[in-house]
Amino acid sequence: MNAVLPFEGIGASVKRKEDLRFLSGRGQYVDDINRPGQAHAWILRSQYAHARINSIDTTAASKMPGVVAIYTSADMTGIGGIPCGWQIHNKDGTPMAEPKHPVLAEGKVRHVGDPIAVVIAETRSQARDAGEAIVLDVEPLPAVTGTTAALAGAAPCVHDDVAGNLCYDWHIGDKAATDAAFAKAAHHVVFETTNNRLVPNAMEPRSAVGDYDTTTGEHTLFTTSQNPHVIRLLMGAFVLQIPESKLRVVAPDVGGGFGSKIYHYAEEAIVTWAAAKLGRPVKWTADRTEAFMSDAHGRDHVSRAELALDKDGTFLGLRVHTQANMGAYLSTFAPCVPTYLYATLLAGVYSTPAIYAEVQAVFTHTVPVDAYRGAGRPEATYLLERLVDVAARQCGFDKVELRRRNFIATSAFPYQTPVALEYDSGDYVSTLNQALETADWAGFEARRAESASRGKLRGIGISTYLEACGIAPSAVVGSLGARAGLYEVGTIRVHPTGSITVLTGAHSHGQGHETTFAQLVCDKLGVPVAQVDIVHGDTGKVPFGMGTYGSRSLAVGGSAMDKAMDKIIAKGKRIAAHLMEASVEDIEFDPRGEKGGTFRVAGTDRTKALAEISLAAYVPHNFPHDELEPGLEETAFYDPKNFTYPGGCHIAEVEIERETGQVHLLNFTAVDDVGRVVNPMIVEGQVQGGVAQGVGQALLENCVYDSSGQLISASMMDYAMPRADDLAPVSVATHTTLCTHNPLGVKGCGEVGAIGSPPAVINAVVDALREFGVNHVEMPATAPKIWSIIHGSTH
Amino acid sequence: MPQVTLSVNGKSHTVEIEGRTLLVELLREKLRLTGTHVGCDTSQCGACVVHIDGESVKACTTLAAMCEGASVTTIEGLARPDGTLHPMQEAFREYHALQCGFCTPGMVMSAVDLVQKHPEGLSEAEIREGLEGNLCRCTGYHNIVKAIAAAQDVMHGRRETIAAAAQ
Repeated sequence: MNAVLPFEGIGASVKRKEDLRFLSGRGQYVDDINRPGQAHAWILRSQYAHARINSIDTTAASKMPGVVAIYTSADMTGIGGIPCGWQIHNKDGTPMAEPKHPVLAEGKVRHVGDPIAVVIAETRSQARDAGEAIVLDVEPLPAVTGTTAALAGAAPCVHDDVAGNLCYDWHIGDKAATDAAFAKAAHHVVFETTNNRLVPNAMEPRSAVGDYDTTTGEHTLFTTSQNPHVIRLLMGAFVLQIPESKLRVVAPDVGGGFGSKIYHYAEEAIVTWAAAKLGRPVKWTADRTEAFMSDAHGRDHVSRAELALDKDGTFLGLRVHTQANMGAYLSTFAPCVPTYLYATLLAGVYSTPAIYAEVQAVFTHTVPVDAYRGAGRPEATYLLERLVDVAARQCGFDKVELRRRNFIATSAFPYQTPVALEYDSGDYVSTLNQALETADWAGFEARRAESASRGKLRGIGISTYLEACGIAPSAVVGSLGARAGLYEVGTIRVHPTGSITVLTGAHSHGQGHETTFAQLVCDKLGVPVAQVDIVHGDTGKVPFGMGTYGSRSLAVGGSAMDKAMDKIIAKGKRIAAHLMEASVEDIEFDPRGEKGGTFRVAGTDRTKALAEISLAAYVPHNFPHDELEPGLEETAFYDPKNFTYPGGCHIAEVEIERETGQVHLLNFTAVDDVGRVVNPMIVEGQVQGGVAQGVGQALLENCVYDSSGQLISASMMDYAMPRADDLAPVSVATHTTLCTHNPLGVKGCGEVGAIGSPPAVINAVVDALREFGVNHVEMPATAPKIWSIIHGSTH
Repeated sequence: MPQVTLSVNGKSHTVEIEGRTLLVELLREKLRLTGTHVGCDTSQCGACVVHIDGESVKACTTLAAMCEGASVTTIEGLARPDGTLHPMQEAFREYHALQCGFCTPGMVMSAVDLVQKHPEGLSEAEIREGLEGNLCRCTGYHNIVKAIAAAQDVMHGRRETIAAAAQ
């Protein structure tokens, strides 16, 4: 009677439950929310990268039509700074420099976009008009935006109390062993690169609405967040001193995040504080240029990597030195990105025995940098996978065979790397072979010749990558400086008649949790997807949660749900045993039984449907009251035992026009091991989207500051977002090895596309340009850059 | 305060506006039709695309005052009154052509106009080129292109249903 069930459970491409509201214009994003009596906030931001504020004269602005209030930092007394959630320690054991990050600028501005004052008015236009009438007396100061430049002796100081702009000087690995490996190496390969700064640019600009109930003292914040409970904790405990019981944070439909909506931002505190101060709701919504100059940016590393190989091409040692740009202030998770999410990944898929990495994090007069899709892992993968290609070419090895020779063997798991991580599973040979076949690697030279016959330059590039996600074991990250635990929470509420509501601390902002999570429930409890509803994004409804980032929702949040469902089944068995007068040990549960989710007395035809059990639990006339409480609702906290380790192989094929230097992506092949796949359609979509962002980084996107610190790329006219005709069809396949330490066997798919793809694309570009003798092309590989290579060498 | 009278999704409205009021502000703030989104303010992203007298237009750079007497269709007005989805909406769902949903209304409205203007049918490359005015950060466009290709078959009567086109 439940023939439909197997098709909705784990492994089925169920169409998304959330689509109908998005397709009919009935999504509810933060800017769609309007509260009675709502006023509008507009934020005056610094036009300078670095300046001393002499005075802020709001006299004229205050008299403008519709103005309700204007606040500066002088008004926001008793307010804490914006906290940082991760503390890194220097090589010598001392803590990193952690300068104050004020909500509104205090005496100085430190990047273009630094908020100075907030104007609150009856309409958004009136607030903006008044903001433009504020008279600001500032004294511009010299600024530094470059990562390396900021560490130079004469560089302007971003914070008076941080000497030399150094946030931390950190290292990992065994320096002596690595030096020894280089001493005996037959080949020594050096590669230097800059990982370009990116702007995440979720299509929905950030927005926040603060509300305050004067009768109860309860604050409500509606915000574009990937993790409302984290915002409640950071803002409530550290900035505004509001107890959790009086602060509700709601993140409704959120239009993309990619990391940029993890962090606690000043505007959230401003509208929450102002709503209480004024006794009326206050809304703020960023325009796109504000997003460019206030959303946390991504990447921005300057690195030097060295690889030691023996005469046969076996990797002996890897040495890396990286300078990472933190921007002007420490964003919520910024310090962990170039350390524990980056340097720990430098082993990649290779059995390199000795690795040593040093990372210096530096303050500059730029927008803060934090995790952006992949967060540290794309930077590590790019460095390593370019380095391997450079090594293959310099030493005369085949680039595929060099990788294959150094792969961690499938039999070697669990595999302890020299840089802290212990990989649980993987099969790099299979993903490589499958990708080579799908991309017709063997037939490439014929295609290159065909392109050449049309006067085009064709290249092919490969990347065999690994990443660590499913973030993360709380005790481990705590020992590494995290100021939070990274478990997840799930509640399974079986209603009296058998439908189910799931409360999850994960947050969906495009990932399709309402569908995927319902499939988990369908698979385990035998309830149709249509009867399972997912509630997320509201601290007033969901017990607790750490949110969605680091490809953790399924591996950590899904595992919490799985644990809670175990408890439901266990309690259900005891109720069933009572109702069917059997021993609890004799009760079996089958999600695909004759009554859907069915409890059966083993070896008999006596059965009860889950809905019969839930009805008995809520109408407990015949119920084992001596041993159980009524009701059928269970909550579980799941703390992961390890990171998860997706990996795979990406292959890009490009064609370059000699006349213009334009790079055309012809096709892209991704074969990824993301563990067990719950919804193949959604996984494929996640990989395609990730690849698009990786291709964007490789070919198009670049955040640029001029020498004065002005942000040059501050609109979508100046920052090249990938468009449909910049991209090519992406072939996505999966090859599964199961995660060994979570109950679902899942690894995570949200970031693999952005992690594996940039080096594949640049390796292809360099391959296409081989006749010009170039060793490297920095990202983004734009037409002018390529044209100079092609024509510079012939002119 | 000046007024503008226009029809939105078949319903007539007379609305007080400022001279500088944009069509998207009129739709979102005065009529509370929040399906039309603002993603960039510079006419790059296309999240705000609506139809004015059948033509796709970016509502973030159209003054409301220019819409006197116009007939505007927004994403809320695309499905039939009984809730039956437009083939383009149905195709987006069938092909998983949306993730966060923020660009989706504008993407769908642009795609409908693109297909309507090309009864001869569009190739994959032409669809990609035709989406030049719409940005999506989630999907990588792959499935959007497939959805539009399927929807055009239904919109031009070459197939009965999206499901048939998907076969």
